[in-house]
Amino acid sequence: MENNVKIQAKKLNFYYGNKLALKNINLVASGNKVTALIGPSGCGKSTFIRTLNRMNDVIPNTRVEGEVIIDGANIYSPRVDVVELRRRVGMVFQKPNPFPKSIFDNIAYGLRINGIKNKRKIEQVVEKSLKEAALWDEVKDRLQDNAFSLSGGQQQRLCIARSLAVEPEIILFDEPCSAIDPIATAKIEDLIQKLKARYTVVIVTHNMQQAARVSDYTAFLMLGELIEYGETPQIFTNPKNKLTEDYITGRFG
Amino acid sequence: MKKKKIIEFIGFFILRICVYFVLAVLLLFLYDIGSKGGGVISWEFLSEAPRRGMTEGGIFPAIVGTFLVTIVTAILAVPLGMFAAIYLNEYAKQTRLTRIIRLSIRNLSGVPSIVYGLFGVILFVNILKFGTSILSAGLTLGLMTLPWTITASEEALKAIPNSYREGALALGATKWQAIRTNVLPYALPGMLTGTILGLARAAGETAPIMFTGAAFYLPFLPQSLDDQFMALPYHLYVMATQHHSIAQVRPIAYGTALVLLLLIILMNTAVVIVRYRLRRVKKE
Repeated sequence: MENNVKIQAKKLNFYYGNKLALKNINLVASGNKVTALIGPSGCGKSTFIRTLNRMNDVIPNTRVEGEVIIDGANIYSPRVDVVELRRRVGMVFQKPNPFPKSIFDNIAYGLRINGIKNKRKIEQVVEKSLKEAALWDEVKDRLQDNAFSLSGGQQQRLCIARSLAVEPEIILFDEPCSAIDPIATAKIEDLIQKLKARYTVVIVTHNMQQAARVSDYTAFLMLGELIEYGETPQIFTNPKNKLTEDYITGRFG
Repeated sequence: MKKKKIIEFIGFFILRICVYFVLAVLLLFLYDIGSKGGGVISWEFLSEAPRRGMTEGGIFPAIVGTFLVTIVTAILAVPLGMFAAIYLNEYAKQTRLTRIIRLSIRNLSGVPSIVYGLFGVILFVNILKFGTSILSAGLTLGLMTLPWTITASEEALKAIPNSYREGALALGATKWQAIRTNVLPYALPGMLTGTILGLARAAGETAPIMFTGAAFYLPFLPQSLDDQFMALPYHLYVMATQHHSIAQVRPIAYGTALVLLLLIILMNTAVVIVRYRLRRVKKE
């Protein structure tokens, strides 16, 4: 796994005010693999994933120490263009957050803000992104309908399609199924499996079975510390750390 | 069991009486002005200037004056208020300073209008030498309306879920792009609602324009922003308390009151329409 490093966190600390929320995280995520982050509520897994596209920058009174290296460059270096970084590192949020626009305009939004005006090109990308997100067949006849008319699971796939449209290299999923029913969840898990052929995927999940099903590598965090990290089968069948074992066997959580 | 039901009945009864009472006062008020002012209103009343020491004729100059001064008010208060609200809610770091600024703005909206009037005399009429004019009066009303537009606009912006902002940022939007394309369009109806309410209030004010530009009587319409003007609320005040033969001009006073009332109702109706459209957008 070391020869295909896409993302590397080095001695990463994160503070909300004076409270240390991530303690000295060292973690590698490989390209074209799915890396899952698991751990009890408040362990810092969402905070961590939001450091990877600098989404935490918008929260006041926060501070980062250490480095996050993507494709060999530290994204916290002052030279980095955060806007371009977020285009490259897409994010799907916990609660589906379609914009109050049509299905078509939701997907086109990212293209338009990135300066693409060509109608043909936008139409092509919308179709391609919706197909890639396995939503095309369900919405192709109603692209002008408001996105809120979709079901929760469809809305979440729409949000996935929306991030695919701007051609990211990495997609971050922050508990993407926590507000969605089991059947829709299965569809999204399928999708994540397919996406890793083209993208690097990092997913935060509350659901251990989900981590076991979709990921290649799993990191277990607790109280802001990385407790154990390894290949997913090993973490779930043969954890080295006692805390990991207690967590995955359901002794706390 | 029975006792609970009786208490429930009495409770609802009291609440209902309160509503009826408010409604009755409002209807009585509207009936009084409507019945006494309705007979006066005619095309001549609306389109002609006062004659014979304001004992005859219409109120056309006052309508024009109120219209013009409200435009000046809007030009100052609407953009300034909206932009200030955007800055305060979207850009400013939430420090102690911004909290103090916000608190000051809230307090300013509670300052009595006569204080704004006196402040306007000092600042616009005397220091800036705009004289007693439409400009001075409009700016004074604008200052008075600003805290309202800022507060209402900020509330409208706060009502937009953060996920719209974060969703846009996550796609590579700049902060301004996210605000312009994914926050403002949805906040605008709410911002306009508060703004129109503020303007309607300003249009009905007497105290701030009394010393800064409103005239007792003018035989001509204002020709520029430097001129004095007649205004509906001030005209009403004059007709009701300052005229040499108050009893004789009472019908004109009622007519003026009715026109002013209709103007305010018109602006509030605009608010209702804007709100209705906002609700429809949200439901979609």
